Amino acid sequence: MRKLALLMTAAAIMAGGGVSGAYAQETIKIGVTQPLTGAFAASGNYVAQGAKIAEDEINKAGGVLGKKIQLIIEDNKSNPTEAVSTVEKLIQKDKVPVLVGAWSSTLTLAVMPKLEEYRVPMVVETSSSGKITTSGNPYIFRISPTSEMEAKAFQSLVAKMGIKKADFLYTNNDFGIGSGAEFSKMLKANGVQVGIMETMDPKATDFSAQLAKIKASGGDTLFVTTAVEQLTLILKQAKEQQLKVRVVSCGGSNSPDQLIEQAGDAANGSFHTTFFPPWFPEVTKNPDVAKRYMDEWKKRGHNVGGLTEGYRGYDGVFVAVAAIKAAGKPEPEAIRAALWGVKVKGVYGDIAFTKQGPAGKESGQNVPTVYLVTIANGKVGKTSF
Amino acid sequence: MDQLVQHLLNATILGGTYALLGIGLTLIFGIMRLVNFTHGELYAFGAYCMYALVMLLGVNFFLALVLAMVLGAALGGAIELLLLSRLRGADIDTTMLVMIGAWIAMQNTEQFVWSGVAHSIANPFPAEPFVLGPLSVSWNRVYVFAIALLLIGATYYLVNRTRLGKAMRATFQDRDTAALMGIRIDRIHTATFALGSSLAAAAGALLGPVFVVAPTMGDLAASKAFAIVILGGLGNITGATLGGFILAFVEEIGAGYISSGYRDAMGFLLIILILLVRPTGLFAQKERIG
Repeated sequence: MRKLALLMTAAAIMAGGGVSGAYAQETIKIGVTQPLTGAFAASGNYVAQGAKIAEDEINKAGGVLGKKIQLIIEDNKSNPTEAVSTVEKLIQKDKVPVLVGAWSSTLTLAVMPKLEEYRVPMVVETSSSGKITTSGNPYIFRISPTSEMEAKAFQSLVAKMGIKKADFLYTNNDFGIGSGAEFSKMLKANGVQVGIMETMDPKATDFSAQLAKIKASGGDTLFVTTAVEQLTLILKQAKEQQLKVRVVSCGGSNSPDQLIEQAGDAANGSFHTTFFPPWFPEVTKNPDVAKRYMDEWKKRGHNVGGLTEGYRGYDGVFVAVAAIKAAGKPEPEAIRAALWGVKVKGVYGDIAFTKQGPAGKESGQNVPTVYLVTIANGKVGKTSF
Repeated sequence: MDQLVQHLLNATILGGTYALLGIGLTLIFGIMRLVNFTHGELYAFGAYCMYALVMLLGVNFFLALVLAMVLGAALGGAIELLLLSRLRGADIDTTMLVMIGAWIAMQNTEQFVWSGVAHSIANPFPAEPFVLGPLSVSWNRVYVFAIALLLIGATYYLVNRTRLGKAMRATFQDRDTAALMGIRIDRIHTATFALGSSLAAAAGALLGPVFVVAPTMGDLAASKAFAIVILGGLGNITGATLGGFILAFVEEIGAGYISSGYRDAMGFLLIILILLVRPTGLFAQKERIG
């Protein structure tokens, strides 16, 4: 028995060795750093699942430069220090020529100096803090919109929605603070009175104190920026405290399907910005791409609530591969140069990069479409304005 | 004025749950002098039990709380027998490292089994909150508060008024003397750890339906529990209860009138201040030094 086990172990090691040896020869590696555990685990896993769909789709179609691509997905544990370690590992040990990551703004900001140090470009798939593309890091190429773009897109709705006085509640990190600043600036410029700006710890679960203050402030609309977990609790607790204001969530990490499932009745009447509406993919720029992604997602049995996150990883990998193809070789500097000319038909829309940040050290920024959806009677719908 | 009263009401309700978290840990950390890093995971375990029982198996909501407490006690007992009973007399560093390992293993197991996506638990209470003039609070929170007070009272009685409680206190004051007096100290160790674990699981099972259930939910709960125990004085159930309420009031008022972003920092700032003045906590009995 013991002999058999030994034999099998040896066989497994040899088989494993054989596979990795062959891979080293024939694949082009792409590094992915995502929060697979910790506070943002749900979203990070969705993005990784989307990235894997892209990997398989690209490899089925023959890969790139005659080779197959291979994603190396590392868990940054929702922790900025860990995020830096994953990037070090991916660049130093795996020698990836391009990265996709790192979900939250704080995580992305943490790894940015390493990209410059090692001169490896990264496609940023989710983060929205303005600082990422304005701080002068030429290795950053962001396909997700900034909070400023989101606020600008919202501008035309302010009058239509009849917003007179707005209050804010956002998570106390780069994502939330950036979003609160951009939206309040935009609202003030449009003649809306801004009441109070409340913050919350990214890990907090009880918002009774903030909600009592917001109730006393008496605005008609509450702008909330955080991920879906806290948003669920805020909607539930706002109902418990009889806070009768319209809630608008910003940042696009709000997974309305999950809100309906978990906040139930409390989710009705709320509004959410999103950068991909899987409930009506026909309105997007590339419905065929969206459909391909959604069909595969459902075929694999992934959680439908994750569709509003998974596309970010899906598009991120396609953009990285398009750049490798345009560069003609899997080398970081060549890929960085090629990213500027990349045009990808993605779920995010037609992806291309414009320059942002200080001259000479510009980062690339894509301009995606922003959608506003609303939840009514337990269903996600288009807004009527 | 309405705002202040609402803040006070919120703090009272929150204080009940903090106190429950605190007393479970004060038994283990305070009486056993064991730095129990798994307390938060037992809290999460209670919440996941509730989720599995109510949402997946369709068990009655109230019965599920009792079952979650029993399962929490069983898991705590298992941890004590498998890990801690081998470490009697080991130095604090070794025990702490083992407990940190257990904490990480438990949290990752939760994520492996349940994935990182948060789950919610339906409760049988009316969806409309309990309203009193300008004030309102959900029925579920009223229920949590009432059960928390009940459990705190029961624990107080058990530790201070029963033979088992006396044996517990004796064992951890002086194990050799207690053993000589005929107390089976190994059993007392296991029973105390199981009881503390059961209370943590109860807190998780009560709060799971109020918030959402996620693998990292235990981290925040554990840090609050340690703060409450240190604030109230180690091993003092009255201290942990009052500590829980004090922490809740400071957080709520601090968030309401100073800065909500630093809500969780307020409590710890207060603890630093109190420890500067009273290094053993607010309600600790004088320790015999000798």
